[in-house]
Amino acid sequence: MTTDKTWGKKILRDMLLIRNFEETADKLTLRGKVPGGMHNSSGQEAVAVGVMSALDPKDVIATTHRSHHHTIAKGMPVDIVMAELFTKATGCSGGRGASMHLADVENGHFGGNGIVGAGVGIAMGAAMGIKQMGHKKVAVGFVGDGGMNTGRTWEAVNMAVIYKLPFILIVDNNQYAVETFVERVTGGNDIAKRGAGFGLPSYTIDGQDVEEVHRYTKEARERALAGEGPSFINALTYRYYGHNVGEKGQYRTQEEIADWRSHRDPIDRFSAKLISEGALSQGEYEEMIASVAKEIEAAVDFAEKSPLPDVSTILDGVDSGLLGVRK
Amino acid sequence: MSTTTPTAQQNPTYSEAFQSGVREEMKRNEHIFILGTDLVERGGHFAQVKGIAQEFGQDRVKDSPISEAAMVAAGLGSAMYGCHPIIDLNFIDFSLGAMDEIVNQAAKIRFMFNRPVPIVIRATSGVALGGAHHCNSLESLFAHTAGLSVAVPSRAYDVKGLIKTALRTPDPVVFLMHKKLSGVRGEIGDENTLIPFGSANVVKAGKDAAIITYGYTTVTAQKAAQTLAEQGIDVEIIDLRTLYPLDTDTINETVQRFGRVVVADEAPMFGSITAEIAATASEANFKYLKGPIVRIGGARAPLSANPQMSEAAIPSVAGIVDAVKKVMSY
Ligand SMILES: Cc1ncc(C[n+]2csc(CCOP(=O)(O)OP(=O)(O)O)c2C)c(N)n1
Ligand SMILES: [Mg+2]
Repeated sequence: MTTDKTWGKKILRDMLLIRNFEETADKLTLRGKVPGGMHNSSGQEAVAVGVMSALDPKDVIATTHRSHHHTIAKGMPVDIVMAELFTKATGCSGGRGASMHLADVENGHFGGNGIVGAGVGIAMGAAMGIKQMGHKKVAVGFVGDGGMNTGRTWEAVNMAVIYKLPFILIVDNNQYAVETFVERVTGGNDIAKRGAGFGLPSYTIDGQDVEEVHRYTKEARERALAGEGPSFINALTYRYYGHNVGEKGQYRTQEEIADWRSHRDPIDRFSAKLISEGALSQGEYEEMIASVAKEIEAAVDFAEKSPLPDVSTILDGVDSGLLGVRK
Repeated sequence: MSTTTPTAQQNPTYSEAFQSGVREEMKRNEHIFILGTDLVERGGHFAQVKGIAQEFGQDRVKDSPISEAAMVAAGLGSAMYGCHPIIDLNFIDFSLGAMDEIVNQAAKIRFMFNRPVPIVIRATSGVALGGAHHCNSLESLFAHTAGLSVAVPSRAYDVKGLIKTALRTPDPVVFLMHKKLSGVRGEIGDENTLIPFGSANVVKAGKDAAIITYGYTTVTAQKAAQTLAEQGIDVEIIDLRTLYPLDTDTINETVQRFGRVVVADEAPMFGSITAEIAATASEANFKYLKGPIVRIGGARAPLSANPQMSEAAIPSVAGIVDAVKKVMSY
């Protein structure tokens, strides 16, 4: 697959773009630029880019509170994402959502979410809509390992199975829910087995290997389009930063973090592979890093210079008004 | 100059006051336990149970999976069995995933089966940063539900006194602590200081008009009172402390004494507890009123993540000042 040079470079660049976005936004959050803070996805780029590269741009996703990586990989311009983090009028949700509520429903991004597991149900519902309308698309629901323990996740999975919906569930399994290690709260300890129990193809895969994520998603998508129903993919990954910006905590060791960073980093792994296969030169890689940095810089500038939302609009859009409004 | 940092006991935060009350009651009653996410190491998202697991062990402070419905179910089943659980839902917004367990089950079991359900459902509430899914004000909904009591403390002293009472009461209590108050320091009572539910607190005495409120709006009202004082208007501020039971005696006396009353909170005004207060107080005290009771509250709109927008959706100091001036104009 990496023999396709353009494909490999696009994948690598997307991951670099996400990484730089997150590192930059993290610092800006510490400087008070991001109201309400944010959840940094550094380390989890391969899950987002691997999945999205296997989808059609018109496919639907719905996601979680940690969704910058999914959103950027889905194709939302970084300046629009950054502006939303700043709660500016030019952000994708007009500043109403900030980091947790990124969305572009028109283009198949059915939203980040403040509620653990909610995106799974919304994506499942989108898959039902796709099927009702006879469209050739799939819907992907992202959820964390923590979301494996809320009932709504499994209610949605069950429905996707019984109605054979074109639905793919991706567990963006970074192994911690806030400060709680997945094994401490997950009975049976095998998430893919839970999926299998609901009767759908279920896999645990290496979420730090962007090609593996791509491959499994592609196959799941093909099954869905062939009318074979949903799939369940548990992608093992790791977040480098705290749950919220600025959090450290004693719940994991520095050695553990260093180990994931130095041995399994998805960007290092994939860039090394591309370089060793001759698909990318060191010079090209450096150029790519520099161009990504420039793009993010421009995004910050755009966000900084964008206007705040108009406070007088707080009541606008609560409903259509067609049933009558009383202000 | 040397200063000493006050110890938790001398001048605890609102969150530490909760710890203090819970610790004392856990010593008294071995059947109290706490269940919620990230409690053991982290001490809860607002440090509200920090150190309690270390003191009492992990049988009595349990880290939960993110399973709100099962958390409340575990709480209510074990309460029926004889325990007195504190179910920590983190943000009250997450109670919506456990609404059946709270409204259909916990609230109704005593009435139907004559079995007490001594459970405290604790959560952080109120409008602050965080946007639509982290700023719901659901207190009116709980107060509306027969079988539930609702505490909404505005200061450390009340947090401790009310949680102690809740933990000695064989009924379901929804205990709402405001985000913006978590770190605010204040005095607390001793081991024997229990604050009864249904007893409002006069935060500030006044002679011209009264503001009846609760939670963080108590703070906004105090700021408004300063502005009003500069303009020669002396307002009294009543902090309800619990919304059910509601201290109707104090409410009635207040309406009768002033005849000029503002009811304020930050929950969406439409169908809110402030409507209940204004309606019942007007009905009971019509002849004492100089004019209508004026309400001020939140917009009937989801909260935005943008801070200016979310601030604009709830009562400001200026908004409360205007409301008081309105009742003064009658
Ligand atoms: C229903 C619900 N319960 C609790 C929370 C609070 N909360 C936000 S994120 C989170 C941890 C989620 O962990 P995981 O699903 O693994 O996602 P990650 O943060 O690791 O991406 C918790 C408990 C919430 N947002 N929604
Ligand atoms: Mg996780």
